[in-house]
Parts: sequence; C-alpha cells; structure tokens
Amino acid sequence: MTEVPPGGAEQIEDEIETKGRSFASLIRTLDIDSRLLGMIAALLVIWIGIHFMSGGTFLTPRNLWNLSVQTAAVAVMATGMVLIIVTRNIDLSVGSMLAVIGMAMALLQAEILPDIIGFGHPFMWIIAVVAGIILGAIIGGFQGFIIAYVGVPSFIVTLGGLLVWRGAAWWMASGRTIAPMDETYQLLGGGSDGNIGGGWSWIVGIVASIGIVLLMMNRRRTRLAFGFSVRPLWADTAIGAVSIGVVLGGIAYLNRYYVPELLAKARIEEAGGIWPEGGINLSQGLAIPVLIAIGVTLLMTFVATRLTFGRYVFAIGGNPEAAELGGIKTRLTIVKAFALMGMLVAIGAAIQTARLNAAVSGLGQLTELYVIAAAVIGGTSLGGGIGTIPGAVLGALVMQSLQSGMVLLGVDAPLQDIVVGVVLVIAVAIDSFYRKRSV
Amino acid sequence: MTSATKQQPPLVEMRDMRVAFGGVHAVDGVNVDLFPGEVVALVGGNGAGKTTLIKALSGAHQADSGTIFINGEEASIDTPRDAKHYAIETIYQTLALAENIDAPSNMFLGRELKTKWGLLDDSAMESAAREVMGRLNPKFQNFKVPVSSLSGGQRQSVAIARAVHFNAKILIMDEPTAALGPLETSQVNELIQQLKAEGIGIFLISHDIHDVFDSADRIAVMMQGKLVGTVNKDEVTKDEVLAMIIMGKLPGEATESEMEHLHE
Repeated sequence: MTEVPPGGAEQIEDEIETKGRSFASLIRTLDIDSRLLGMIAALLVIWIGIHFMSGGTFLTPRNLWNLSVQTAAVAVMATGMVLIIVTRNIDLSVGSMLAVIGMAMALLQAEILPDIIGFGHPFMWIIAVVAGIILGAIIGGFQGFIIAYVGVPSFIVTLGGLLVWRGAAWWMASGRTIAPMDETYQLLGGGSDGNIGGGWSWIVGIVASIGIVLLMMNRRRTRLAFGFSVRPLWADTAIGAVSIGVVLGGIAYLNRYYVPELLAKARIEEAGGIWPEGGINLSQGLAIPVLIAIGVTLLMTFVATRLTFGRYVFAIGGNPEAAELGGIKTRLTIVKAFALMGMLVAIGAAIQTARLNAAVSGLGQLTELYVIAAAVIGGTSLGGGIGTIPGAVLGALVMQSLQSGMVLLGVDAPLQDIVVGVVLVIAVAIDSFYRKRSV
Repeated sequence: MTSATKQQPPLVEMRDMRVAFGGVHAVDGVNVDLFPGEVVALVGGNGAGKTTLIKALSGAHQADSGTIFINGEEASIDTPRDAKHYAIETIYQTLALAENIDAPSNMFLGRELKTKWGLLDDSAMESAAREVMGRLNPKFQNFKVPVSSLSGGQRQSVAIARAVHFNAKILIMDEPTAALGPLETSQVNELIQQLKAEGIGIFLISHDIHDVFDSADRIAVMMQGKLVGTVNKDEVTKDEVLAMIIMGKLPGEATESEMEHLHE
C-alpha cells in the first residue's frame, strides 16, 4: 500500500479496483506508466524473437549500435509529432520539409558560406544547423499560421506542404546532389568518427544515473513537503536501481562494439600513443546522433510536462473549447507546436544529411509516415489529447527494430513494408482496446 | 434584499444587450443587474437567450451592442481573460473541462501556478486543489487521474472549485445541477447560499423552477431573446413565473383561464 507521510495525506486512487491481481497492484504501488511498460515488453519480445530467428545476430553490440543510429532521426521528429497529434492536428509535410531544410543546410555549407567565411571554417556546422533550425521554425510556423488563423485543416495544409517543399528542394539545386558536407557537420550523422568513445559514454551514463537519483529525490521531497502520498521507499529505490542498471548496462553492452583495428591503430598513433602488441579494443561509444536524440527526448519531455506550453497543448487536445474558455491563446499555441515540429525536422535533416554526407531532393521520402507511425505506435491518440514523448521514441525504436531485423532475416523489401503496415494497425488496435477498457 | 444595498451601484449591470446570429435576435435589448450577495436567476424556455446573454458577460461570445458596467464602471469584456480580470468566474453547462488532464490542471487551466523558474508547479496546484476541494467536496480524492474517469458530480465539483478558488466576485452558473442527482443538487444549493453569504453575486441559469425558488432572490425571465421582466421571488408564485416563461406575461397580466391552462 501507499506509504502515508506524517502530514496525514490520504490514500489516493482507491477507486481503481485491483481484483486481487498482485501484478497489477504491484504496478500500481510502483506507480509506473503501464502503457510504457507494455511497449517496453513488446520491444523486448520483438528483439528476442528476431535475435533467435536470425541465429543470434540481432542483439549484438554492433547491431544495437547501428539500430540506435538508424532510429535517431525519426525519434527526434516523432517527439514533435506527438505534440502536433495531441492538438488534434497532423503534419504530412515532415519528409518534404526534411528535404528542403537539408538542402538549404547543404547549400549553405557547400556552396554559399565557403565563399564568405572560407572552406572548413570551424563555425561552419553551427551556422548551417542554426540556419536550418530557423528555417524549420519559419516553415512550420507558416503552416501552423494557416492552420490556426486561416482555418484550413492541417491535413490539407501539410498535404500541400508535402508537395510544395519537395518541389522547392528540387528547385533549390535543380535536382543536383550537394556534397560533401563540412567535416565537423558530418559528425552529427555518426559514421566512423561521429561517436564519443567508451570513456565519455561511461561519463554520460554516470551523469544520467546521478540525474535519475536527483530527480527522484526531488520529486519525493516536494511531494512530502506538501504532505502528499509518495511511493514506498523500497519502490522508489527499486525503480531507481532498475533505471540506473538499464542505463549503465546498456552502455557497458554498447561499449563492446569496437572501432575497427586499422582505425583504432591510426587513432592511437595520431594521439602519440604506441599500438601495443596484439592490439587493444577501442570502444565506439555512443554515436553523436544518438546523443542528440536522447537530448531532444529529455528536452521535449520537459517541454511537454513542465511548461505551460505543453500543458496547453494537451488541454487543447482534450477540449479546445475549454482551453479557449480558460483564457488560453489556442491559435498561438498551435502555431508554436508546428514551429517546434519544423525545428525538430531541421535537427532530423542535419542528422540525415550528415550521415549521407550529401543532400538530395529525394531525401526523406515517406519519412512523414514513419514519424507519424512512431508517434502512434508509441501510444499517441489520433483523437487528440493523449500521447507521451518517451512513448513516441519507443515507437520509433520498435519500427526501426522491425525493419532492420527483417533486413537481417533477409525478408524481401515488399514484405517488410507489409509487416510494418500490419504492425502499425495491430498496435493501434491493441491501444484502443486498452483505452476502452481502462476508461 | 434591503433597500440600503440597492442604493450602491450594482455589481453588474448589463444595459440594452443585443446579440444576433445571422438574422436571429438571440438577445434583443435586455437589461439586467446583480448586487453583491444576491442570486439572480435567469430563466426561460429553450432558445430564450439566457446562455447567449451570459456568454457576453463571461467573455465567451461578444455582444453586438450594449454596455456592461462592473461596480458602476463601464467594462469591456472581449475574451474570457477579460472577464476573469473583473473577477467574473463562470461554471459552464458543459463544465468546460479538458477530459484528458487531471483535476488540479483543469482548475488552474490558463492560470497555472509556477515555480520561481517559471515551470509548472504541479505540487502547489495539487495542494491548492486539495484545500478548495476539502471545503466543497471532502470525499473527492482523485487528484491525479484524468477528469474523464470522474463521475458527473465529481466533475461538477472540479468546475465549481475552479470558480471558487480564484475568489470570484461575480459567479455565473449555467445549469449547475442539470447533470446531478438529488443529493449533489442539494449540495450545490447549499454552496450557493454559502457563497452568497460571502457577498458574491451569482447569476443562476436554470430551467428547474423549484431550484430557482430555493436559491434565487430575484428572477429574470427571458423569452425569444427579450426580457419579459424581473421579479422579486418573495412577491410572486411559481405559477406566475411559469406564466412569464411560457406566455411572456407579467404577474397580473395573464387571465385566470390562461393561468389554469398552465397546468394542462
């Protein structure tokens, strides 16, 4: 049962019946999002299933590392799509925006800026990325303006955007491929140098662990200060321990993906070291795009749950009229949500073009569908008002796992599409069934 | 209502209010006023214009013409924010709750409490919600679940708590008991008396003539967008008010045979 603090706070949520199911009551005591837990379970089932079907090649450090890099861009954009869908809107223009912003960033660093600040300038990548994010905010905000203030449905506005921005991406470079990208910029996409190495990965893991502890302690202290009920101390400790275990265990496992020997040797010698007899293993460590995705996930979770903007997004999705009567500037909020989506697309575009080391006008085709699917598989309701950022990231991971798993299994491309499509529908069916039962 | 209080400027005075939808005059030249510590009931059949009139005061819908005075001073109310600025709180018939978020978030929607960093202070909001709810509905304990999983009475409590928490001086209640059972209805009526005693002026929109006679001091009757008249509750019978609602005739205007037809 819930621990009662000295303030004499009362038991909450006694209306939810337990029916003596001990697992359900455990989950309730632990106060964990059961939907998120279900998704993690589904992901594990998929992972283990593919692992055995592929003869043990899926859950290798190398493959998981690749999976994390492949998921990054869609995960970044899915966090924004959650907010769009929560406001009862949709953004079909994501893939085309990705192309036009990617093209703009590529042109900037490959053709425009070298004439002004010189080739290989250290600020090149920053200018390109910032310009891309600003362009994303403008494009997204413009679409949001038409949706919120002119009153054209978002489906139509962004369907138009899907055509317009794709055409614009082609037009900007007359269909040419723009390459190569700035050297530092390339790191944003991962690649052989775009990772932080084993040592820094451990530091990231330790910082994350400290962060988990501090956040949980802070939450506990605040709730106790107000005299609210808190989880039992053992539950908090257990959840904290499991979270930290997952973080550190994950990093330990990923760190077993090593830099190829030749490259490792070159790096050590470049640093003035001596390549030992028999060689040593240098960990790749977390890839930079994965760090970006993690950072964006944290930031967007913060935006969605700690800022009034996030609260308003959810209120608008739950009841637009109530939000309006509450004095919320609902139209402005929707414009902001679309502008934010555009900024996240710019980050996705940076990751994609950096990884490809080029920009082409066909970049990001069908990406809008993957991003929407990731959000929806992650528990975002198309009816609006419901969705979580971590859920969408997990959704992106589920989809990417299926896709790269099927590649490993040698499944034909058309069949891959069929499987992903079927999984999307099943995921939403399970979710709506769950929702009906729980309400 | 003593004559002494009537000599102060009214808390609210709405003069010659007009609202039209297309060619339909939903509210057509209505005058009403409200004094501190007074309950004025707005009654009338469907489409009489009660809700439309009150929306002009709550900022939900702008009037085409007419003037609103708050404490004798002309007020301009264009948005719900403006109304809240004048300490006008509204409990809408639809309750106006976002179903997907919890009770404290709904109570503070648009007026969230923030930490010194400008972040949502959910704990402070929950604490304030518990305090208000402790007065209104002590049995209410579901502070962390979406409003969609609450019962009709509990949702009503949330909507009322929202109005009460922000120290309304003028409270608009649009059919506050329409969705409630008898016990909850009597609780709301008790609450109305309590708020009234605190000096809050209340506009009560209701179709239940018994409720109106239980709670109101004065009764303003509307019919087809026009004000039939405003009467003191103590000076009229229920039948006379019914005659105003149904036939648009003031007490004394209706013939005896017409009065008898009321109950057929």
